[in-house]
Amino acid sequence: MSALLTRDLRLAMRAGGGFGLGLAFFLILAVLVPLGVGPEQATLALIAPGILWVGALLACLLSLDRIFALDYEDGSLDLLATAPVPLEAVVSIKALAHWLTTGLPLVLISPVLGLLLHLPPSAYGWLILSLALGTPALSVIGTFGAALTVGLKRGGLLLSLLVLPLYIPTLVFGAEVVSRGAQGLDISTALALLGGITAGAVAILPFASALVIRINLR
Amino acid sequence: MAALQVEGLACARGGIPLLEGVSFALAPRQALVLRGPNGCGKTTLLRCIAGLQPITAGRISCDPDVIAYAAHADGIKATLSVAENLSFWADIYGTGQIDAALDQMNLRALATRAAQNLSAGQKRRLGLARLLVTGRPVWVLDEPTVSLDTASVGLFGDVVRAHLAAGGMALMATHIELGLPEAHQLDLSAHKATLPEPGQGAFDEAFL
Repeated sequence: MSALLTRDLRLAMRAGGGFGLGLAFFLILAVLVPLGVGPEQATLALIAPGILWVGALLACLLSLDRIFALDYEDGSLDLLATAPVPLEAVVSIKALAHWLTTGLPLVLISPVLGLLLHLPPSAYGWLILSLALGTPALSVIGTFGAALTVGLKRGGLLLSLLVLPLYIPTLVFGAEVVSRGAQGLDISTALALLGGITAGAVAILPFASALVIRINLR
Repeated sequence: MAALQVEGLACARGGIPLLEGVSFALAPRQALVLRGPNGCGKTTLLRCIAGLQPITAGRISCDPDVIAYAAHADGIKATLSVAENLSFWADIYGTGQIDAALDQMNLRALATRAAQNLSAGQKRRLGLARLLVTGRPVWVLDEPTVSLDTASVGLFGDVVRAHLAAGGMALMATHIELGLPEAHQLDLSAHKATLPEPGQGAFDEAFL
């Protein structure tokens, strides 16, 4: 298990691995929005939670198609499916590796980008918390989408179309936590729902993803 | 006692029946070479035995966790070194030892080289070295000697012979001479499935 995680992290760090791609995209988005919207602090502060969450979501989407496509192309996925590790565990580890290389860096850099977007100081804690709670769901749901499209040539666009609707609840409640937190309102409902979505996705989707991969490998 | 026994097996690819009535048994120290023209179902049969594909009829009896499968593609990560590629599979199979495999497949000098800088034959040797680190008795190999030079084919023959001598088994599909004259042969063209009558069942198959 840890061998697979180490290998995936190592591959992500090496040339062409795509580590930092999502991070750079997130950064550019946060720089572009103030240029497009204008420098009024009040406007930016109002839209900052939504922009940051949409940015994190799109940054996650960028690297999804690499989760299984590369392993499928070089035959590793066939070999992993016949190896003495359950495919459910392989899928979970792949989702974890995706989160560690994409989701976690986004969580860590988000306060800096919040600064660029004039996010109210009271919202920083909620921004980090909501991203930390929500991005694992993005990785797990994305892994399921990647499993559905494995084996399709240039399935990236289809993957986005499949996955984006599934991201909506996480986006809605994640952004809600930050904007309510910024206004000093009660966030417990949104936070509970955000955590619930993540917990449910992490518990159920690896089994669905493994099943779908078995069917796609036939 | 045969470790791998196949009885009356039938398999299909993309809804088209390929083989039927394939029966054979593989006991320790035996090797079996599958032969037949392109598209006759050698790869599909091996994928069925490896458990990647469902069979349409018959029975495959073997212990779980005895088979090491090697496909056309070697599953090599281009940006990892030879040793890193091999260690990964050794860890996955829980053996952890790669030194013997590096020596046996003559990869010692290439151990630190990135796999993207290997030639096709060297990659193939790395793919075959993966079998050695699995520690599994039944090797299921699809075209194992493609892109190997004569010396490496000889090396491969020696490795398979050593594996058999240690009580292992090998099931191989190939067109090329493997340098294993003692291996049994099975010609799959004798087991070609009869295609269903046109129109019969065609409606369903469009959706398979």
